[in-house]
Amino acid sequence: MNGTAARALQFSVERSTPVSRICAVIAALGLTALVSLPYWGETGTMRLIAEMAYFLALAQLWNLLAGYAGLVSVGQQVYVGTGGYFLFALCDWYGVHPLLAILIAGVAAAVISLPMALVVFRLRGAYFAVGTWVVAEIAQLFFAQLPQLGGGSGYSLTPEIVRAVAPERAAREMLMYWMALAIAVAVIAFVYILLRSRHGLALTAIRDSEVASESLGVDTYRTKLLIYVVTAFCTGLLGAFIFLQKLRISPEAAFSINDWTVVVIFMVVIGGIGTMEGPIIGLLIYFAMRELLADYGSWYLILLGIVAVAVMLGAREGVWGLIGKRFDLHPFPVRRRLIQRPGGDEKPG
Amino acid sequence: MNWLTDVDWAGVLIQGTLIGGLYALFAIGLSLAFGIMRLVNIAHGDFIVLCAYVAMIVVNASGMHPLVSIAVVVPLMFVLGYVLQRGLLNFTLGPSILPPLLVTFGLSVIIQNVLLEVFGADTRRLNAGAMETASITLPGDVTVGVFPLLIFVVALVSLGALQYLLYRTRLGRAFRATSDDADTAELMGIDNRHLYSLAMGIALAFTALAAVLFSVRTSFDPASGPINLIFAFEAVIIGGLGSLWGTLVGGIILGVSQSLGSSVVGPLVSLLIGNPVSAQWQILTGHIAFMIILIVKPDGLFPRIRD
Repeated sequence: MNGTAARALQFSVERSTPVSRICAVIAALGLTALVSLPYWGETGTMRLIAEMAYFLALAQLWNLLAGYAGLVSVGQQVYVGTGGYFLFALCDWYGVHPLLAILIAGVAAAVISLPMALVVFRLRGAYFAVGTWVVAEIAQLFFAQLPQLGGGSGYSLTPEIVRAVAPERAAREMLMYWMALAIAVAVIAFVYILLRSRHGLALTAIRDSEVASESLGVDTYRTKLLIYVVTAFCTGLLGAFIFLQKLRISPEAAFSINDWTVVVIFMVVIGGIGTMEGPIIGLLIYFAMRELLADYGSWYLILLGIVAVAVMLGAREGVWGLIGKRFDLHPFPVRRRLIQRPGGDEKPG
Repeated sequence: MNWLTDVDWAGVLIQGTLIGGLYALFAIGLSLAFGIMRLVNIAHGDFIVLCAYVAMIVVNASGMHPLVSIAVVVPLMFVLGYVLQRGLLNFTLGPSILPPLLVTFGLSVIIQNVLLEVFGADTRRLNAGAMETASITLPGDVTVGVFPLLIFVVALVSLGALQYLLYRTRLGRAFRATSDDADTAELMGIDNRHLYSLAMGIALAFTALAAVLFSVRTSFDPASGPINLIFAFEAVIIGGLGSLWGTLVGGIILGVSQSLGSSVVGPLVSLLIGNPVSAQWQILTGHIAFMIILIVKPDGLFPRIRD
């Protein structure tokens, strides 16, 4: 501190950065290109982009859960699966319109997640992880016992329900594609707004030190519970959407830990856990590896596992941690930065 | 409800108890790693399956009896455990729970898929000859399989040996000291990295023992790991973290619930809602018993470690 500090300095909190503004423009342009894809792209590309979109949403949600709230769940497939099954049951039994059913499936997943949270929150740390896995196993076995939902072998949506989405195949493909984009954008926007809010500040504090944040008055239990339920809602919604697209559901596919959790965890870990940029980088790396190693069976999973282990040992903040730290980039400015206003004659710091 | 009187209750209880011994054996490795270095090994179930495949290779190559292969597989896995901890897992330990969790999770996926690529998806089983089907009749007309009984006795002996190791030897004292306070133990001249590696070696040695017995009793394939991790985990949580004999009680409770699931709960449900009896009720009932205990007694029956 020198003499100038005696003068009343004025500070402001700045949140967006030049990089974030440029990135927002690029993202808007990219999104416009993606939205118009059905008019110039092929169906195969549309399907791949739609798949990437819902995996990105799943990755952002898992990152919110594990990277920020410290809830390392390996059982998120329980909400993908119940979301999917709710969609099938609502459409098939009660004739609910599929698009409305997606929303109700999300609400149902959130309602189910509350009592589940009360049980699994009794387990700490790594045991929480295995506990969530047990819950997912129970759900898979439970749905296999219901012959009304196809039992262990699963069942398909009837053509009438499929036609309720859109009467023609091409229109349906377009609609589902746009919905995948819309859901992904909505989830990312939601996570972004959440992280910039009061809860986001609490979450970032929990991420950095749970004990310290508790001593500063953050109600960690309630914050975690909120995040768990909110993630369940979004994951259930995604699950309903995914199985509306697949048109067929079975307990094994609905509650697959490999499809809905392992892959998602690898994306987040490799890209960089605890940042919003990480899952995006991880998603691109995952899909690049999957497409390149498509002919080598499960070797891509082995390679992903090795890369994830190496990242955890060598660079815990993932690929984005290496890039973002090096160049101080913040495309998603969720931090608050203290800027000294011009008028004080020191350099802003 | 006539059929309830036809249920062979004694048989259900005895079979459940005996399978509980196997679950307790599964749980030893998990419990030891958590107790000493607070490491939850998500790949534990996959190590069980890996050991079973190693035993299969040994048996096929040498033609020895599966139970004799224990003498080869156990030392081999001890060395693997030591090297794994020393060369990999020690670097994950620290204040954050994420690295050990995600590294063992990665290992789990790697082991499963390597086994799948090398051995294919076929189910395997080791053949122990006549002892597999041999049984003895107890007073009261209850027959007990010799092999399940052997597994239970091995579990009892293993827990006894581990108790001796932990509470009666110098090494055990060092383990307990590190478990209580790793930093202070290090100040007292204990080399934690070496000690942790020994602990993981011992954990995998017990896992190998359990795996050979398991591979004779049940068929397995590369994807059998996770469910065995879950059984071990349920036994540990029911028994209470850090309690050796609690783990046995946890295993028995899980085993008896599963046994009740296949003989009583499953048939009862099918009677009520008219489904065909499903074999999955065995595992489902075990999970439900676990959840009930978690709700009623979150710390398990005999908790010793406060995490």
